[in-house]
Amino acid sequence: MRILLNGAWREIAGVELAAALEELGYGERVVATAVNEEFVAASARARTALAEGDRVEVLAPTQGG
Amino acid sequence: MLHIYQASLNSRLLLGTARFPSPAVLSQAVRAARAEVVTVSLRRESSGERSGQGFWGLIRELGVLVLPNTAGCHTVKEAVTTAHMAREVFGTSWIKLEVIGEDDTLQPDVFGLTEAARILCQEGFEVFPYTTEDLVVADRLLAAGCGVLMPWGAPIGSGRGLNNLFGLRALRAHFPGVPLIVDAGLGVPSHAAQALELGFDAVLINTAIAQARDPVQMAAAFAQAVEAGLAARLAGPIEPRDLAEPSTPVLGTAFRG
Repeated sequence: MRILLNGAWREIAGVELAAALEELGYGERVVATAVNEEFVAASARARTALAEGDRVEVLAPTQGG
Repeated sequence: MLHIYQASLNSRLLLGTARFPSPAVLSQAVRAARAEVVTVSLRRESSGERSGQGFWGLIRELGVLVLPNTAGCHTVKEAVTTAHMAREVFGTSWIKLEVIGEDDTLQPDVFGLTEAARILCQEGFEVFPYTTEDLVVADRLLAAGCGVLMPWGAPIGSGRGLNNLFGLRALRAHFPGVPLIVDAGLGVPSHAAQALELGFDAVLINTAIAQARDPVQMAAAFAQAVEAGLAARLAGPIEPRDLAEPSTPVLGTAFRG
């Protein structure tokens, strides 16, 4: 299915967010996730099913003021 | 000692981590500033990038407290979701809450800010709201549960110093027991000293240090300025007068009478 990952369309095979992150190459990285503007905790990724067209945000630490 | 939520801070200088020429200079500047709190943020990262992981490793090595921000958020929903994401990644309930209302000045949307603050305080966050010097907004933020306020000095990155002295003095006078941190718009150490002299508890500096020709030296200069400003505040500055008052004793002046 296709999801909008950080603003760009991506084709993924996995259904759950955890599987999708693995497939997309995020692995064990420290990131925070949201689906359709709702925060998804790391502990909830394995039971969060994605649907066609979902907007997935994957954010990492960065410099800030 | 400055008490904010459960933290006790010796340093009155909080440092932003953006816009430094290199990670090494950032590390040196944090030490030169004697900062105990640094601000951080979250951004999209593609699976091919590793910069976020490296940055987070660098910050952890510094052994400072982190204050994540919601920079770039324009709505309550964006800010609240970003706060949740930051809490998980950075492992802190602190959040520097920014809800931007206007892009030219990066002026806070104080309506969205107070609403987001209410939601986040209820959810157990310790909110540092980036706000204006407006007293009514300040009241609302405190009623929402904020234990600290961060009024702007001037628009973010402008380096103009304390734009509205009257408003900032009124804010300080109106909320004597509330920790107040001037955030944004300071350009040179004298601005920071002035904020502390006026009774503000601390300042948050980023661009003025990061974009200086020598950020490490500027960080040290700001550290000295906040120490001087605080010492002056505690020493009790004199009141300004309109007319001169001789400092040398007048009694016994030669050639008079």
